[in-house]
Order: sequence, then C-alpha cells, then structure tokens
Amino acid sequence: MSASLIVIQLLSGLAHAMVLFLISAGLSLIFGVTRIVNFAHGSLYMLAAYLTYTLTAALPLGPASFYVAVLLAATTVGVVGLAVEVGLLRRVYRAPELYQLLLTFALVLVVADVVRLFWGSENKTGPAAPGLAGSVSILGQLFPTYDLALIAVGPVVSGGLWWLFFRTRWGILIRAATQDREMVAALGVDQARLFTSVFVLGSFLAGLGGALQVPRQAVTNVMDTAIITEAFVVVVVGGMGSVPGALLAAIVIGVVDAFGVLVLPRASLVMMFVVMAVVLIVRPWGLLGRPEAQARSAGGAIAVERALPAPRLWLAAVLAALVLLPPLLPTFYIWVLVEILAFALFAASLHLLMGTGGMVSFGHAAAFGLGAYGAALLVRAKTPMLLAFAAAPLVAALGAALIGYFCVRLSSIYFAMLTLAFAQIAYAVVHQWYDVTGGDNGLLGVWPVPWLAPPLRYYYFSLLTCGGGIALLTLIGRSPFGLTLRAVRDHARRAEAVGVSVRAHQWLAFVVAGLFGGLAGGTFVFLKGSVFPNSLAVSMSVEPLVMVLLGGVQTVAGGPLGAAVYTILDTAATRYTEYWQLVLGAILIALVLAFPRGLLGILAERRRG
Amino acid sequence: MKRTRVAGGLVTTLALALATPVFAQAPIKIGDINSYSGIGAPFTGPYRAAVEMAADEVNAKGGLLGRKVEIVFRDDKGQPAEAVKHAQELVAGEQVVLIAGTFLSNVGLAVSDWAKQNKTLFVVAEALTEALTWSKGHDHVFRVRPNTYEQGRMLAEKGAKLKYVKWAAIGPNYEYGKRAWETFRDRLKELKPEVEVVGEHWPTLGKLEAGPFVTAILNQNPDALYVSLFGSDWLAFVREADKRGLFKKMFVVGILLGEPEYIDPLKLEAPEGMLVTGYPWYDISTSAHKEFVAKFTKRTDKTPVLGSLVGYITYQSIFEAIRKAGGTDTDRLVAAFRGLRVETPVGPISFRAADGQSTLGAWVGFTKVDPKRGVGIMVNYEYVPGERVLPSDEEVKKLRAGH
Repeated sequence: MSASLIVIQLLSGLAHAMVLFLISAGLSLIFGVTRIVNFAHGSLYMLAAYLTYTLTAALPLGPASFYVAVLLAATTVGVVGLAVEVGLLRRVYRAPELYQLLLTFALVLVVADVVRLFWGSENKTGPAAPGLAGSVSILGQLFPTYDLALIAVGPVVSGGLWWLFFRTRWGILIRAATQDREMVAALGVDQARLFTSVFVLGSFLAGLGGALQVPRQAVTNVMDTAIITEAFVVVVVGGMGSVPGALLAAIVIGVVDAFGVLVLPRASLVMMFVVMAVVLIVRPWGLLGRPEAQARSAGGAIAVERALPAPRLWLAAVLAALVLLPPLLPTFYIWVLVEILAFALFAASLHLLMGTGGMVSFGHAAAFGLGAYGAALLVRAKTPMLLAFAAAPLVAALGAALIGYFCVRLSSIYFAMLTLAFAQIAYAVVHQWYDVTGGDNGLLGVWPVPWLAPPLRYYYFSLLTCGGGIALLTLIGRSPFGLTLRAVRDHARRAEAVGVSVRAHQWLAFVVAGLFGGLAGGTFVFLKGSVFPNSLAVSMSVEPLVMVLLGGVQTVAGGPLGAAVYTILDTAATRYTEYWQLVLGAILIALVLAFPRGLLGILAERRRG
Repeated sequence: MKRTRVAGGLVTTLALALATPVFAQAPIKIGDINSYSGIGAPFTGPYRAAVEMAADEVNAKGGLLGRKVEIVFRDDKGQPAEAVKHAQELVAGEQVVLIAGTFLSNVGLAVSDWAKQNKTLFVVAEALTEALTWSKGHDHVFRVRPNTYEQGRMLAEKGAKLKYVKWAAIGPNYEYGKRAWETFRDRLKELKPEVEVVGEHWPTLGKLEAGPFVTAILNQNPDALYVSLFGSDWLAFVREADKRGLFKKMFVVGILLGEPEYIDPLKLEAPEGMLVTGYPWYDISTSAHKEFVAKFTKRTDKTPVLGSLVGYITYQSIFEAIRKAGGTDTDRLVAAFRGLRVETPVGPISFRAADGQSTLGAWVGFTKVDPKRGVGIMVNYEYVPGERVLPSDEEVKKLRAGH
C-alpha cells in the first residue's frame, strides 16, 4: 500500500464518517434523552435529500440555491420532527418504554409512500455543490473538493454541539436528562419541552446529513432503510446518548469501511457489524457510553406483567374457529392462515424474551432464518421432510445458544443491538456461502411431502406445530422457570440476592425463544417452498417486534393477536392499494394512539382498575 | 389447484361451444407480480404502463378468444416470500390463467419454483439470472429478456477486439453482479488468453460508499474496468469516479448501463465512450418500433425504457400463446409457448423449446452525451440477437441436468 493510497483512503473514510456522524448524533441525542428508538430517523434523512433536490432547482438564487436549499431542507425536517413529537409521540410517552418504536415504525411506512407520491419512484441525481464540484490533487491523486468540505463540516457541527451542551443551560439539562431523567423531572424541569427540543435538534441533524449527501449519492426511495441500520450501529458503538461517542464511532466505522475495501473486498456487507459485536463484547456500553443507572422502579423492563387470567370462553371460541372454519374457506385464505400461524408462533417466541424476560431482541430473525435454512438444507440433502422439519427448531436453538452466550452479558438497547449484529452476521454468512446456501438465489424446492402438500392438510399440520408451540410457550411462561425469569426482569439484583443465576436464566430463555422461533421458520419455509437471505434480514427482526407491541406485551396472547392483525392488514393493504405503506402506516398510527399499550393492553388496564 | 383447472377448462369449453357476443363471458385474467415498492421500484413503473397499454390494445381489438383480457397486478415488495403469497392468491383467488412479471432474480426464482410445484405457467419478464431457464429451469417457465450470460457474452465478443489486457471489475455483492462478471471474464479469456484480472470489488447492493472503491480500483491500475453496478449504486459510483479521474484513466464496460433506466438519471453526467448493453429507443427506426414509441409516449408522457419494451413484448407473447393454444388450459399454453414466434416492435423473436428462453437480443454499443436531449445515448451500436450467444440445445440439456 502506497502512502498516497493510505492518505486518500483515510480521507474518503473521513468524509463518509462525517455524514454518518450527523445522522447518528441526532439519533443518539434523541435516544439518550427520550429513550425513543427512532426508526423514522432514516426517513427524515431521506425527506431532506428530496427537499434539497427540489428546492435547489426551484430557488432563483443561482449558485447559492444549493446551500440555501440545504439549510431550508434541514430546517423543514426539523419542523417535521416538531410536528411528529408534539402530534404523535407525546401522546404515547405514558405507554411502556419502547412503545414509541411502533409509532416510529409506522412513520417509516408513511414517509416512504409520501415520498413516492410527491417525487415518484425513479432514482434521481441531485445537483453538485457549486464551487465544490471539482477535485484537488493530493499526493498525485485526485480527491473531491466536496468531500474535503464535508470533513470540515464534521468538526464545525461537533464544536457547535459542544458549545450547546457545555455552555448553555439547555445543554446542561440535556446532559443531566441523558444521565438520569427521573431525577431531572423530580427537580422540576419541564420534560415535555426538553423532549420536544431534543427531537427537533435530532431531526434537524438527520436532515442536514440527508441534504449534504445529495451531491455525493443518488436520491432514492430506499435511502431511509439503507442508512438507518448503519446509524444505529454508530450510535451503539459510540455509546447511546454520547455525541463525542457518535463522532468517534462514525470515524472508526468510516475508516474501517474504507480500508476494508482494500483488504477484504467481499466483507463490506458485514464489516461494521463485526466491529459492533467486538466493541460490545469488550465494552458493553459502547466506546464512550456509560453504564445505565439502575432503574429505581420495579419493572425496569418494558412492562409489568399482571397475571392476566386467560378469558377461557374467548380462547375456546378462537380455537374452535381455527379447527372448524378452514374447510369452508377459499384456498387462498388457508394459505394466509398458515402464514399467520407461523408469525403468531414467531411473535410468541419473541414475547418470551421481551415480555417475560425483559430482553428486547432486534435480531430474532436469526432464529427464524436458521430454522428455515436448517430445514431447507436437510431437504436438499435428501432428508425426509418431517425429519428436516423437526430439525428446524434444533438448529435455531443451537444458533441461539451461541448468540445468547454473548448477548445476555449486556442489557437493554446494547443487548438488542448485539442480537442485531449477530443476526446480520448470520445473514452475511448465508448470503456469501454460495456452495452451501445458494447465496442470494436461495434454496428452492423445499416442499412438504405429498400427503401434507394440500393446503388444508398443511394448515392443520401448522395448527398443530404452531398452536402447540404457543401453548408450550404459555406453559413455560407460567412455570417456575417463567416466574423466575420475571423476577430477573423486574429486579436483577434482588433476584441475584436470593440465589437466582441471572445469566443462566436469561441464556436459557434465549435458547427457548430461539427454539420456537426456529419452529416458526420451519413452518414458514415449507409454506413458501424456498428460502432466501431475506428471511434473516433486519425487517424480519422488526416485524415480530411490531407484532408483539401491537398485540400487547403484557400477555403471551399479545404476540399471536398482533401477528394476526398485522398480517391481515398488510395482506389487505397490499392487495387493494398501490400505496400499501401509507395505508398500513396510517392504520398502525391510529391503533397505537387508540391502544397505547397494545390491543390487549386495554384488558390489563381494565382488570387493574 | 384442481378446482381452478376444472373451472378454467369449463369456461374454455363454453367459449368454444357457444359463439357468444364479445365480452359476454368472464375475462381472461393474467396475474402480474412485480416490485412496485422496495429496491426494484424505480424500474417497474414504466413496465406496468406498457403492460397496461398492451392489454388495452388487445381489448380494443375484441380481446382474446372473444374474451376480455384483465391483468391483476401485485406488488412483491422485493421479497420472494411475498411474491409466493401473491402467486397463491392470484391462482387460487383471482383464478388467473398464468403468472407473469418479476424484476429481481431471487423473486423470479421463488415464483418459478412455486410454479413448478403447482404446475402453473410462469412467464418471466425481466429477472436476469440464467438459473431461471437453465440450472433451475423446468417445463412451466419462460423468459423474455436476454439473461446475464447472454449479455455478458455479447460484451466479451466486443471487448476482446479492444486492446485492453489488464482488467478489474466492480459489481454488487449479488449473484447477478458476480455472474455478469464471470460470464464476461470467461468468454474474454477464451477469446484473448493474455487477459489478466488485477482486481474484483463487491460492494453491498444499494449501499455503495463509492469513494474508497474508486481509489482502490485506481491503485490497481487496470486498462479497463467491468461494471455490473446498477441503480443508485451506479449513480453514486459515476460521481465519485468522475471526480477522481477514473474515466480518464481506464476504459469502462458496463452491462445494462446503456439502458435508459440507468443512463437517463445521470443526465449530462453520463460517462462517454463506455461499451455497454442497452436500448437505444431513440434510434431504432423500424416502423413497428416507431409506432410503439409514439403510442407509449402519448399514453404516459414519458419516453420508454427497456422495461417498457420488455413488458410490452412479454404480453404480446402471452396473447400470442393464448391465441395459438385456442384456450387457457395450462398444458396447452405451455405447449403453445414452446417454439412460439412473436412479431415484436423490434422484429420477430421465438421462445426456444429447449429452455424457454426467448431469442430477444440486446443492443451493444458505446455511450455519448446528447446535449440536445440532455442525457446519455448509445452510438455505433449493433443489435445482437439472442441466437448468436445462446448455448446449443445440447449444452442446455447438460445445464439442466445439473440439479
């Protein structure tokens, strides 16, 4: 490697890092103060890029148009952030933590279609930055002037933020709230205003990042999902809530990426997740993060689970309908029912982790995908179908044992992000290992044995496996193991003090959740007949999370109910409208506002009152 | 499934038995699955517009077999599992007689495997992976667009005549990206054994941070670069490559990059002098094609892209097959598709009996910026028909036996 190559690669990495920093700093701030996992952060970034594209062309200011457009776009997105926080998020702050996640997920869907409505689906190349469009020669190699300017923007913005945090009263309050927001509230600080201002600042930064990307990248419909995972990685590697951490992490990731291109050209898919996994295993709170303050109240996790007595009559009615009705239904509905059953079990298995165990996983797709691939690979190796099916949960449980071993050492969002890292690593392995997994062309021909192939038979088979799985999960939740798990969730230290092995219980819960997640994946793969790396993608981890939150995290029935509602809404919206994301997102927002604790949460509420 | 076929058969029998007035019977439904959201979304709108145009035209002329044609569109969201769900619904619920469409290779493969299992006819419009018609091919699948292998070979034939010896490649870390390069490279080495590969780069699809890759390529100092990037990755790459002087230092070959889908968004930034496959619609002067362009432009207010042409031809082929079969029974349709000849706006094509691949070719030429229209165009191009690069029936048999 020549010196010039090293310098240029370093500079390229830094330019990338500065954009990453702008987006991640906003995300980190928002999480640090409000604890909102803001999936919509990438949508704000995308919105600003489109606004910059349009405004630059519309403004009559000559070369200044672009720069004015950047500021206008970022400001507009800040205002959008204001509207979102005041109009939507504020209404659900009382809901259990993480419930806002459901709202931000719905917003991702809505913004995606709004952008499609206004700007269409075609990719666009935005304007170049006037005055910075050329390049300069550095050690004999050309380097874009604009990237140099970006490298300068980073320190300017971080300087501004430093001044804000260390030289203004507002900044002091923000830092205090990041460390201990209950204490700040107890001291009489107006939390609502604090939250709003942080959300607006965070949105503005996301907007600035998006606007500044326009001269370097294409403006597309999928910018939002392309950036959001990366932004979360940076935030977590840096330490949630730490702006200097975000800067450091952005630089690490940007530079590692740039040099990775030279050393391991096929690994760019997974590089940053490996970095994140290593950092989290060595430093569980990120590079510059702090250990979380021990929660004062019971239920440091996301919900207080009341022993919600199962409404037996309802349960019996649902079961009877599931057994008796399908023969009367058109074939297509039976297929949708199988899909619902698979997702119901998938969501229920996640519920054991996040509801009973208080461990929110962002990587549960790993269980689903490992189960699906395990079964598919065995089928390809000429194993009888039922045997392959039975292996699905075992493969997933094995994977979960390995992943869980590392993950249960962490807590809260760091746990979630480490599960995501492992799921992404599993995704990369499946994606790259062409000889075994078929890479992105997947594994085909994974169909049930002929006697199980007719839709109705496969349906009853799935009812048996998935229904049985859900029943078992319910029993596990109520068993001594489940009760101990709850104790661990509600107060790990006290549980430890009475002699419970916290990690062993959490690990076992992880394995059990993986087992049933794998069973769901096995059921799903024989329904579709093929499996692709998509089954391990981030969206497959987010969907069950959305389902559990939608149904209600308080009870094991919440997952299956959420799965049913979500799948039906999604299927109907996709069938009847081109703008399914807008429709689905709007319905989800309405549901969250009407049932801020999930659909079944209202039951828990009523019983408590 | 069975119920569908019986019902379909009944309707057909009735159609033949009674000389009923036009459209008095149930329409012939065709299911179309494509990526209208997600990563394929930027390219599928013009496809759909052309498909609707084809359907309107056939209906204006009295439909098919005296029945109206109705196309039921479904969005696969870029997800194979979603596409399979639509296939189930279209066949069982909407009672479509066949399924067509797909842009992404993995979606195409998932639907194809479902079609094989359920003995449904599947006509692939755009998905490019050669596996569809070869290693994973079967009796119920046909494909219109020239696949990765064909286009890679077309470029190699031309590339071998150029003076370049040291080659590098960049493409998305996807089967498409790699196969596009491998078929090109293998053929190039066959024709020109002194060719040397100095570097291969595989960024993540849809997430290209182009700067570091451009620098890496520049430092490997190749004479020529083969690009299988597309969509937003390609746009980002062009900007960084231009600013870092890549286009001045090496010759570039780009598969698909002459298609309006990928060259139009670049406007005046389109790199000049690249060897590409593409679709020079502005320059194809047969009267049938001029008429196609005029109709499409009038209908949509937009100029066509390759997806429009492929969508139109796909449905011309489907309609032709239904006419030839004289019914909508799957077995007869499959038989009709084997060796089917279709008159398209760009001349006659046929569907090969051995693998179901159509003989539609591609245009191979060089890029140039057209300042009048403000976009890149293709010049000095040649239309290479599929027959010229497709493997023989014997070779196909071997490829298909592999699984």
